[in-house]
Parts: sequence; C-alpha cells; structure tokens
Amino acid sequence: MNISLARRLVAVATVSAMGLLVGCGARVSDDPSTGAAGAGCVDTSGSSVKIGFLNSRSGTMAISENTVYNSLKLAADQINAAGGVAGKQLAIVAEDGASEPTTFAEKAEKLIRGDCVAAVFGGWTSSSRKAMLPVFESNNALLFYPVQYEGLESSKNIFYTGATTNQQIVPALDYLKEKGAKSLFLVGSDYVFPQTANKIIKAYAKANGIEVKGEEYAPLGHTDFSTIVSKVKAADADAVFNTLNGDSNVAFFKEYKNAGLTADAMPVLSVSIAEEEVGGIGVGNIVGQPVAWNYYQTIDSAQNKKFVADFKAAYGPTKVTSDPMEAAYTSLYLWKGMVEKAKSFAVADIQKAAGGVTFDAPEGKVTVNGENHHIAKTALIGKIGQDGLIHTDWTSGKPIEPDPYLKSYPWATGLSG
Amino acid sequence: MNLKSFLTNRWAVAAGFAVAAVLLLVVAPALLSSFRLGLLGKYLCYAMVAVGIGLAWGRGGMLVLGQGVFFGLGAYIMAMHLKLADAPPSTGVPDFMALISSDGVPVWWEPFRSGVVTLIAIVVVPTAVAVLLGLATFRRRVRGAYFAILSQALAAAFAILLIGNPRSTGGSTGLNNFKGFFGFSLRDPANRMTLYVIAVVALLAMVAVARQLMVSRYGELLVACRDAEERVRFLGYDPAAIKTFAYAVAAVMAGVAGALFVPIVGIVSPNDVGIVPSIGLLIGVAIGGRTTLLGPVLGAIAVAWAETSLSERFPSGWTYAQGLLFMLVVAFLPGGLASLRPIVRGWRERLRPSHTADSAPVPSLSGSSR
Repeated sequence: MNISLARRLVAVATVSAMGLLVGCGARVSDDPSTGAAGAGCVDTSGSSVKIGFLNSRSGTMAISENTVYNSLKLAADQINAAGGVAGKQLAIVAEDGASEPTTFAEKAEKLIRGDCVAAVFGGWTSSSRKAMLPVFESNNALLFYPVQYEGLESSKNIFYTGATTNQQIVPALDYLKEKGAKSLFLVGSDYVFPQTANKIIKAYAKANGIEVKGEEYAPLGHTDFSTIVSKVKAADADAVFNTLNGDSNVAFFKEYKNAGLTADAMPVLSVSIAEEEVGGIGVGNIVGQPVAWNYYQTIDSAQNKKFVADFKAAYGPTKVTSDPMEAAYTSLYLWKGMVEKAKSFAVADIQKAAGGVTFDAPEGKVTVNGENHHIAKTALIGKIGQDGLIHTDWTSGKPIEPDPYLKSYPWATGLSG
Repeated sequence: MNLKSFLTNRWAVAAGFAVAAVLLLVVAPALLSSFRLGLLGKYLCYAMVAVGIGLAWGRGGMLVLGQGVFFGLGAYIMAMHLKLADAPPSTGVPDFMALISSDGVPVWWEPFRSGVVTLIAIVVVPTAVAVLLGLATFRRRVRGAYFAILSQALAAAFAILLIGNPRSTGGSTGLNNFKGFFGFSLRDPANRMTLYVIAVVALLAMVAVARQLMVSRYGELLVACRDAEERVRFLGYDPAAIKTFAYAVAAVMAGVAGALFVPIVGIVSPNDVGIVPSIGLLIGVAIGGRTTLLGPVLGAIAVAWAETSLSERFPSGWTYAQGLLFMLVVAFLPGGLASLRPIVRGWRERLRPSHTADSAPVPSLSGSSR
C-alpha cells in the first residue's frame, strides 16, 4: 500500500528523535545555570549600543503602556543628546507586547537573542512580568520593570523601579489606620496582583485589629458594579481598599457615586489610579478620594518641573505624567548609572555594580538595593483634586528601603510561602 | 494533476514527505538561529491544529471556530504536569499556587503528577469532549452557522473559566516557568532541538493521517456529508457519526499541538486558547485553502510567520493586516490561495472559447452542508 513509505519515513524520524532525546540532553538535575543559552551576544564594539523597549502598543493595555513607551523614549533621547551611555549612543529596538503574556515572552526572547540588546525596559501587568521572568533568567539578561506590583518576588535578572508592597500598600494601610479606619472592604480585579495584595492586606489587618468586612473580585474589564457596590454599602466599612485595574475603575466609581457614597463617608483608597486614569473616570466621580503612589505630577522639585516640562514639550501640553511613567524614565537613567559605574555593559558586571547607584529622579533621590534589585522610594498618599491632578496628603518623609518579601514585618511571616 | 491523483500517487506522496522532512529537519536547523527555530516550532504547533481544521472544515464542512478549546486542553494538561514535576518535593505545590493561596494543590490536579496519565489525557480528554459535543449537536442536525457559533461560545467559555480560577489555572497569566520536560532540562539547547524534532515528526504524522483519511472511503463519505448530507442519510449512512469522527480527529490533533506548544514556547495563557487565537488559526487555513492537504499547513505557518515579522516591523499593525487579509480571501479567493490554480486555468480557458471550463467547484465559505 502506498502509505507504507510515508509510514516508514515517520518511523525513522521518530526513532532518530528519541535517540536525540536520550542521547545528549541535559537532565533537570544537572545545574540549570550552565545552559549554553546564557552566553550573551551584546555588541558593544561600535559607537552605539542596542536597548529594547517592550510595551503593549496594541490590545487592552496599550492606553497605559504607550505612556510608558513615550517616557522611555524621552529618557533615551535626552541621554543620547547628552552624549549617550559610557560614550555610546542608544539604539532603540521597540517591540509590541500586544497585552498578551505569551507575546511578551516571545518578544523578550527576540530582543535578547535576536537583537542582542544590552537591556530591556518595559512590561506593565504582573502577568507580563511573570511571563518574561523565566526568559530573562534562562538567557541571563536584564529587564527593567517600571510598575508598582504585589511583591514576593526578586530576580537577579530584573530591576524593579516601581514600588513593592512595603513602599505602597503597607504605607497606604498605615495611612488608613492613622485616619482611624477600624474596618476595610476589599475590591479588586480577578488576577494575581489584587489577590496577592489582598493576602498581604488581610495579614496586616489581622495583626492591627482591623476587621475585613468583605472581599470582592471582578474579572478584568468587568463594568457592572451594582452588586459589588451594594455589598460595599451594606457592609458599611470605614474604608474601601481598591485594587481594580483598567476600565473597571470607571464603572466602579460611577456606581459608587450613584449609590450615594462619598470620599468623606467611606473613602476608597486606590493603588492603580494615577493622573492618566483620572481623566477617564471623570474628575467629578472620584474627587477627594485617596490614592497611593511614589510620584505625582504636582511634586514641587526642580527635577520634576523639568521632567513635566520636557514631557509636555515632546508630546503635547495636555499630557499628564504619572508614577509608572516616572519610574520608567528613572529606570533608563539608573541603568546608565549602573553601566557607567561598572564600566561595562555585561550583565554580571552590572549586577555587581548596581547596589548603591542613585539618581535624582523627579520623585526625589532613589537608590538601588543591590540585594533585591528594587529601589528605595518615598511613599506618598495623595488626594485627587478638582483639577484632575493628585496632591500629596501624607508622606513617609524619607525613602523606604525595599522589602519585597516583607521580612522586616512580623505580621507578614508565612506570606512568602 | 488534480488533487485526487496527487494524493494517491505513491511516489508523489513519498517525495513530498521526503522534501518536507529534509526542509524541516535539515535545512531549517542549518539556516535558522536557535531563537527562530523555536518560533518555527511554535508555528508547527499551529500547523498541526490547521491539519485538523482542514479535515473538519475543508472536508467535513464543519466551521470549527473553537479549536482553541482542544488546543488549550492539551496545553493545560501538559502544563499542569510540568508545573507539578517542577514543584519543590518538600511541599509538592507549584510556585504560582503558593503565591496567592495556601490551600495546596486542587484535587483535580493530582492525576497529572503521573507522566503516563498526562500523555493519555492529552489524547483522551479532547477526544471525549469532541465526541460528546459532536454527537450532541450533529445528531440534532445542528450545522452551519449554528455549529460555528456553538463552538466559538465554547472557546469563550473556556477562556473565561481559566481566567476566573487563578488559584488553580494561573488566571490571566497562565502557566509558565517550566524547568524540565519529563526530566530533561528545558534550558539545554539539545533538548530544545529534540522538542523541535518531535514537533516536526508529529506534524508529518498528522499530515499522513489526514492524507490517509482523505483518500479512504471514509474521506469520500465525509465530503459527501459536506456537500449533500441528506443524500448520505438516505443512502443509509449516519452523517452524525461520520462528522463526529472527523471532529474528534481534529480535536486530538489540536490537543497534541497544545501539549507540544507548552514546552516549546514555555508558556500557555488564556490568550492562547480563546476566541481570537481560534479565529487566527482558521484564517491561516482559509488563506492556505481549506479543502487541500497542505494548504492549511502552509497557510497556518505563513500567517504565523507574517504575524511575527509584521509585528516586529510595525508594532500594533498586525491586527489590521490580519483583518484585511481575511477579508480579501473571503471576498476574492474563497478557496484560499490553493484555489488560484484552477482560477488561472479558468481564465486561460475563457481565452480559448473552444474549451468548456471545468473549474473545480468552490465550496461556500459558510461551511454549511447545503
């Protein structure tokens, strides 16, 4: 029968595949760090060096991540105009993460192994970071991640220039406690950041005698909040801790206002609403509500005034600047500082030199922690004003050392699993 | 030479397989960097799904808009096994689970600790789902657009289910960070090469199976069901059984593709199994020519390759290109690029009026059997 030939071919190929598998592959038990993929291919011989920007330019996250891209671009242009990094001009390779974890992983690999970039800047959602982490670790490359996140992570191949929990969520809880909150209601989107954050919030609440009256999750993109808001209203907590992300905030705050709830009666403290999002939600729906970040456009410093002015000059006078944008801008300058301190673009040299590198960022002076690759940042609780900007209401006063695993907080033991 | 005679000519078939094997196993690894070869491995996984779609849609007339479900079943079953195998032996709980809850491993994960159970489940679970769904719908004579909507709704529901249960499925992040594959390190380039070879072999085997089904009497019946289901029924055959079989074969192919996708790509998330990727797969098949043997394979690989290279050049531009491509094919080339040849022949014959045109009938795109 004519199929036999094809079958024979398949059989031969199968046998050879099995032979290859048994023959020379390394077992898991072998040291994984010796993978040959770790050999870098970064070319630093010329007058320029390649860096990668990986942001979602399409899909649901594009609206947020485009702002980060713009801010990274601004930093790169400024650095190039001032003579580059260690005398080399930066050549940007930009890739689209398309708001999909799988695409982030693929494009990260492309930037590292195809384009041989010296470092990659980008990512926003925790999903995108978690998708990229194994790629950077197995290729021994560097990622600078600019967004606040849920902590409990520390990779030697990632520098986290946004806040970790003890620089944003824990100060926010301290703030609510100071204001006399005895009970909380937790509202969040149904994914890893809000869930992990709420796990931490519940541990804090338990240790501080705060009652958690309810915990509700909505799928990302969910826009019907009548049920959740009526539960919040019925629970009558002293404050709401909001970890909703994206469009859901628009619907939530409209419904919250419609239900007759106000910032005075039951404040909603949000950790994912920055200047950029306030416009979408509508200032009238959210005015007076507290938010927690490490940077606001209204910060009164020479560095920030210059950053805001430069950004508006590059992208238009109506543009606002926000915490993730500032953290992205800062991340490129921190990498520049690390390279110039290490006098090398090699990953191992940068990892060694990173500790103690500082930058006078728009948010204030930041310092890299060489142990966990996060940066010391000042926590700021702000209130949303009538002008749509956020005004600082409370500050930690000085930069808080990053502690992603919350090791210095007795109530958090056991959280990192 | 028409399709039928090409498919039955033993030398043509053997030569075709040999050329494909040499191209994929010798030429591609020699020319491509290990990163590009990994991408090609991913495209081959899509091509496997496409072979099944070609069979179910092209030959059987079932517009399967939800193959992402079967792809996802295979992928998540494999991913669960890999995550359990990677888990620290002291607790046995995969990293992502320990992060957001302290409840331990869900009961329904436990069977997948076993590699044997996993490999069996990759074939059996998609088959069972496809047979149940196929019999339930085809027996009731649900077909055409109604079947398409049903299969698409299933893909949507599956993705929502995955996102809604992050403690057990990884939620929108999905499952990733696999260290080993049945004991072999995934960081070792030799093992990655082996995975690629396995994908090539699996794809060639599936094409061989599809070819065998096409030239068999069963294949004739399947096409008959597509073109005149009532007549097949009057002749004493059971169209529901005939169609269910093709649907189940397509499901297994998608399941195996998903299972190979996981170690090759290193991640699976709901974005890889929902409506959008399901339709993306279909577009490749439509462009390549769904009624042919190799059209779906080449179409799927070409579309996936175009997506990668276009999105590298024009971030955010791919979505528009994909839509435009699909509209062009639907409007002007309903049989896909593979139908260009009869069309060109038709033109030539129109220029010579002495001949009567015998262009191949082009099936309607709705996938309806009428």
